[in-house]
Amino acid sequence: MTPPAPHALRADALTLAYDGRRVVEGLDLEIPDGRITAVVGPNASGKSTLLRGLARLMRPEAGRVTLDGRDIRSFAPKEFARRVAVLPQQPVAPDGVLVAELVSRGRHPHRGWFGGRSSDDDRIVAEVLEATGTAELADRAVSELSGGQRQRVWIAMALAQRADIVLLDEPTSFLDVSHQLELLDLLTESNREHGTTVVMVLHELNLAARYADHLVVVDGGRIAAAGEPAAVMTAETVGAAFGLDCVVTPDPVAGSPMIVPIGRFHRA
Amino acid sequence: MSVAPAVVPTGPGESVHPLAVRVAAARSRTHRRATTVVAVGSLFALAAATASLLLGAAGLGVGDVLAALVGQGSPKAEFVIVRLRLPRVLAAIVAGTALGLGGALFQTTLRNPLASPDILGVTGGASLAAVGSMLLLGLEGPAVSLAAFAGALVVAALMWGLAWRDGLTGIRFVLVGIGLASIVSGLLGWLITRAEVREASEALVWMVGGIAGVGWPELGTAGSTLAVLLVLTVAFSPRMPLLALSDDSARSLGLDATRARATAIVLGVGLVAVATALAGPIAFVALVAAPIARALVGHGQAALAASAVVGAAIVLVADLVAQHAFTGFAVPVGIVTGLIGAPYLLWLIARGNRRGSDG
Repeated sequence: MTPPAPHALRADALTLAYDGRRVVEGLDLEIPDGRITAVVGPNASGKSTLLRGLARLMRPEAGRVTLDGRDIRSFAPKEFARRVAVLPQQPVAPDGVLVAELVSRGRHPHRGWFGGRSSDDDRIVAEVLEATGTAELADRAVSELSGGQRQRVWIAMALAQRADIVLLDEPTSFLDVSHQLELLDLLTESNREHGTTVVMVLHELNLAARYADHLVVVDGGRIAAAGEPAAVMTAETVGAAFGLDCVVTPDPVAGSPMIVPIGRFHRA
Repeated sequence: MSVAPAVVPTGPGESVHPLAVRVAAARSRTHRRATTVVAVGSLFALAAATASLLLGAAGLGVGDVLAALVGQGSPKAEFVIVRLRLPRVLAAIVAGTALGLGGALFQTTLRNPLASPDILGVTGGASLAAVGSMLLLGLEGPAVSLAAFAGALVVAALMWGLAWRDGLTGIRFVLVGIGLASIVSGLLGWLITRAEVREASEALVWMVGGIAGVGWPELGTAGSTLAVLLVLTVAFSPRMPLLALSDDSARSLGLDATRARATAIVLGVGLVAVATALAGPIAFVALVAAPIARALVGHGQAALAASAVVGAAIVLVADLVAQHAFTGFAVPVGIVTGLIGAPYLLWLIARGNRRGSDG
């Protein structure tokens, strides 16, 4: 299926800093349209910061991020939110908020100044609840859900924005393996069926290699490697970026590169 | 603009999605509860206001009170009702509404139940400026109210300036505010100990808050300012559900979180200043009204309207107690709300510590 409309999200010489401390420096990146991009890297490599920069959650110290050739800072907040949805790391909902009401908040970018809702809002919310398998939870409180359910609800909220690009910061952290897979399948489905461009920061290298069309390895605030997982995920790259001795072998299920770490006691 | 992709292909025609009905139902459940709380709270406040008009040493019956209200009463009844009791009741409503709503705006946008304008020194700033203008500059009447307003704004601006660091996070704002509150209350104590005894008793109202002796002119100013602020708050309120999430979430949903929070704080400062200029810093109303309203409304709502109603009800009831519960003498209403509020504050801090959170 072809994407709904071509979008070009890219970073040019992007430098991002917290209190003057540079975390991402002079980084160039192009996000392939209509594909799934996974951003991986060791702790404190700047991968989450990079995502926040792409998501307009941080003001660049230098360089810029553009969407379709336009600096993302020149978009009005709602205008940008209709094109790019972001799921921040560990979002928090007030105690007792009902699932349907929280997901409805995802419609905010489509509402006017006084918050009037259109008749489409409830239908779209219903659709994303269905797509994320949270329809049964519609009138439950978010705070009483399990971690996996809660994460699907947040994704539903992001999907309710109906943006062509969805950015997610470690959407699978704190989930057990089966829920991680469930979530990545859900994002893949959104990508395959509707051409949604997905960019996610992931911790788990093997899942990143399996689910991503495009893999970006960030190390020390710079891009260490980027491209198809098969080309990027080599023992050399992983060794250099993560300081990890490993063997790379084809994933017996998906055929994507699979990292098998070695460790001190199993060296040949 | 591009056409957004449909997550689920929609069927032909305009048939209503069965799940959409449930979504609407869940939403209206949240709404209904808030409406009920506002309605019941208003009735309760109305009952307290009626009791306040009827009770008292003047020995007036229901008929006398009604007659006085429509301008047909005896001169004595008219004096007691129109000059004394009615302004007092209206002052309780205006101050309570403003404090309840101001507290709700602060607590929700700063995402901390301790982040109430009375704890953060905003009401203190209003009091200090009022007392200072009276004792040092010899001002009276509306000029004192204006000074109170300026004082609240100055403290809020200081807090904002000191807490700002590449954005505004709730906890830093709260800590800076608590620091400013102690400075302000220290200065206030110093001013009052310097003053003569007669003035000090007047100044006491500015320390604990009281609504005895409020006149129609001040009430007119406060009421009309409140009306304007209420309209602005209603217009602002659609942003509250997003501000209650994290800043990143609010931004990713297309809200300029910093600007929205600044707007909420300015509205809150205005509301608190209206109340303080009229009645002094009626202790703890801003702190307790919103949590009660949020607990009653539930569903994680900011409960702005309910907070306003609960605030008014608290001040009305506290004033009834202040006037009639202590035989022989009446105390300022702020003493009574202080008695309610202080244990709540202790509980809040103790609970926060037990959880190991910041409250």
